[in-house]
Amino acid sequence: MPENRTITLRINGRDEEGRFPAHRTLLEALRQLGHMEVKCGCEKGDCGACAVLVDGMAVDSCLTLAWTADGREVTTVSGLGDLDSPHPLQQAFADGGAAQCGYCIPGIIVAAKAIIDENPEPSEDDIRLGLSGNLCRCTGYTKIFEAIADAAAVMRAEGGEP
Amino acid sequence: MYAPFELDIPTDLPGALAALANGAGETVLPIAGGTNLIVDIRARRERPDRMVGLGEVDELKGMEFGPERIAIGGRTTVSDLLRAPEIAREAPALIDAARLFGGLMVRNTGTVAGNIASGSPAADLVPPLLTLDAELTLASANATRTMALDDYYLGYKEDARTPDELITRIAWPRLPANAVNSFYKLARRKGDAITVTGVAVTLAAADGRCTRARIALCSVAPVVFRARQAEALLEGRALTPALIDEAAAEAAAAARPIDDIRASADYRRHTALALTRRLVGQAWDRLA
Repeated sequence: MPENRTITLRINGRDEEGRFPAHRTLLEALRQLGHMEVKCGCEKGDCGACAVLVDGMAVDSCLTLAWTADGREVTTVSGLGDLDSPHPLQQAFADGGAAQCGYCIPGIIVAAKAIIDENPEPSEDDIRLGLSGNLCRCTGYTKIFEAIADAAAVMRAEGGEP
Repeated sequence: MYAPFELDIPTDLPGALAALANGAGETVLPIAGGTNLIVDIRARRERPDRMVGLGEVDELKGMEFGPERIAIGGRTTVSDLLRAPEIAREAPALIDAARLFGGLMVRNTGTVAGNIASGSPAADLVPPLLTLDAELTLASANATRTMALDDYYLGYKEDARTPDELITRIAWPRLPANAVNSFYKLARRKGDAITVTGVAVTLAAADGRCTRARIALCSVAPVVFRARQAEALLEGRALTPALIDEAAAEAAAAARPIDDIRASADYRRHTALALTRRLVGQAWDRLA
């Protein structure tokens, strides 16, 4: 049987170690380490529920092998903010009622963070194209698009650390 | 994921090629973005004993914009293409395809070489590259060779790459001065959808005549292909609506589409014709 290897992931600013075989995906590794905020959807790269940032870049963690993230920064939706101090995206989703069942939202907020990082003033077309790899089966997406545009505006107004 | 394999993560190209060459009796597969491969492994369509991760092989990254040619490393991602203003100027069809390629996370990790090597008839980056006369560099531990992308596909999901080779580089000549290069993806939705019919066109003109015509189609045959008879009809001529109709009919006649979950063969044949006519017509209008 293939060997296990100990890897270190810097998850939401904290180093965490885990021991995994080579075929373990980052999604599986993160959930095994207790990061249940990262959701498992299609496991095919279609739905985006498992999206996380690796060194700031949005990836589908279900298509990423855990070993290849060894030593890298992994940001999940929980790394952006919490109830006491929500990220503008999280606040905008709550204020705008942009979540229904909520299953897709962790991935959508991570993708939205990547969209705004690349372009602080995304047009609706930019938001739509940026979210084309995130499926929500509850909503018509309208409130999601609006929440992202609202959050981008708040972040531009704050002008500080995104 | 329940199909165990071993994983090497070499840090340079010689290391990667050596790892690929060391597969005596084993199935060894290179993995870059993994956006096709991990899905195939999960579905048991691929059963590697060992994978060679290319994520740390810097020689496979980067772009060169020479006076006559453009070259990109095999591990260039779809997002890398979108962030390169020179690609937008020099290969607009590639940007047309990249914009609607997969979703954001797939664009961030999926690579140009991976799209080519997947051998999929629906590989969206391939028609644009065919219309740019792209050439591939294939390297193994023992040898390096170049070949036209047009010669790369041998049949449905069959390609010229041997298991110990990597597509290290994709290069193409700069477009001539008066040229249009475009791609249209027809699919059920924009982004994150497999193409129903894809058409790429390069048209160049001088003195009121078409000096170069390239037409390539995806998702309408077992392989992505160039419609050479359609191209031949256009080159050297002043294009008229009747001639464009004739070329579009030739392109559609060269298609070998199938019925599948996304569309019927008839619909694909019809849209291959309509899209070829539209793209050639628009290109000619822009050149005139």
